[in-house]
Amino acid sequence: MSFYDNYQFFCVLIFILMPAMLLGILEQPLKWYSTAATFLFTALAFLSKPQQAAWLALFFVTELFLVEGYLAFRVSRGRSPAVYRLVLFLSILPLILSKLAGFWDGSTFAFLGISYLTFRCVQIIIETYDGLITEMPVLDFAAFVLFFPSISSGPIDRSRRFLQDLNNIPSRQDYLTLAGEGVFKILLGLIYKLILASIFFKGMGMVQGAWEWYFVIFYAYCYGFYLFFDFAGYSLMAIGTSYLLGIRTPENFRKPFLSVDIQEFWDRWHITLSHWFRDFLFSRFMIQSIRKKRFKTRLNAACAGFLVNMLVMGLWHGVTPSYILYGLYHGVLLAITEWYKKKSSFYKKYRQKRWYRFLSWLITLQLVIFGFYIFSGQFLWLLGLS
Amino acid sequence: MREQIFDILEKICEDDIVRSNPDIDLFESDLMDSLGFAELLADIEDDLGILVAPSEVDRSTFNTPNRIVAYLETRSAS
Repeated sequence: MSFYDNYQFFCVLIFILMPAMLLGILEQPLKWYSTAATFLFTALAFLSKPQQAAWLALFFVTELFLVEGYLAFRVSRGRSPAVYRLVLFLSILPLILSKLAGFWDGSTFAFLGISYLTFRCVQIIIETYDGLITEMPVLDFAAFVLFFPSISSGPIDRSRRFLQDLNNIPSRQDYLTLAGEGVFKILLGLIYKLILASIFFKGMGMVQGAWEWYFVIFYAYCYGFYLFFDFAGYSLMAIGTSYLLGIRTPENFRKPFLSVDIQEFWDRWHITLSHWFRDFLFSRFMIQSIRKKRFKTRLNAACAGFLVNMLVMGLWHGVTPSYILYGLYHGVLLAITEWYKKKSSFYKKYRQKRWYRFLSWLITLQLVIFGFYIFSGQFLWLLGLS
Repeated sequence: MREQIFDILEKICEDDIVRSNPDIDLFESDLMDSLGFAELLADIEDDLGILVAPSEVDRSTFNTPNRIVAYLETRSAS
């Protein structure tokens, strides 16, 4: 059973959510119910795929062992960068193996959601090192990492935020408001994914394989909007479902096509992913670079930071030339944008003007759509490279 | 401590508005971006000896000079 795209899933979902709503309205704790639902859903989703289920089980036990072991070490022995780095590496290792598995048998750690589950485990280890997390009961860990509404493709929540919601019992009024918003999001998500994404997908099919420049542009736009409505639709349904379980999963999209520059785009597109990278990679790289004086100026450090950050994000999508190029493309764009904003007197003089914002929006939209075209794999195909 | 934080913010934002209007939203007003935020955390650690992790604070609430001062005051008191 896959998630959010078939009748079977939605039938089970409705059955699971109705008692949850009853519990919520009666001001009863939802924690145990939603944890049990997570186990039930995980079992249903992997029932027909025993190999995936086995990898997921191995993954989960490995991460659990690392998280609990490192927590115990951190609390009793304090900060030790060497141990921290080793644990961090081991927690990412399953993901690395799954991404590289294409070069051998293709099945190592290949299960639905590994990319997203890894983020949730890695951030717990990083925040343990930072001293922000000092305890992690096993059931809380399972409830957070495997939380079924967002298990397959996010959004990527933060454990401290998630567990606060999980252990909180909202008042009836608060729950009803949250549940109402949740139902609305699920319905809006359905429209996004089943209707709007399908229309743009049809558009892509109409011109697939055409070489004429206007068909290529048409395809790129259709693909960009398809990607948005498909993924934002999924995200809305995942967020809406979690609302009904009393969890305020963070938003993933905020009108990305209205962005006025590329930096703003990453604040509006796949937000939980880009903010994860910002908080756990970019900012840390920057702080270290400033401290170790790796670069002549802080602006140079930022440009390098953007490149590294986006290259890793590209690799995370998959170890293919198109994804790597996509990452580098956005890294370069972010670096140029940063440099331009800091250095250009033209920008400083006109950035508040209406015409400037319009022009900047128009250029950004083209850059974004071209980025998606790279992401789709069609760009390298067009160049005859794949 | 308040003075030190304002010094840091003034240096990073390159604008003394952080003093004259300490309730200004640093991110909304483009005074601070991801680079500036990293600089801020590095300087807070160097100058005040308070280690703030990048994921520790939420940028929607750690967003004005006054709020940053208030947060760091509670952190240094604990």
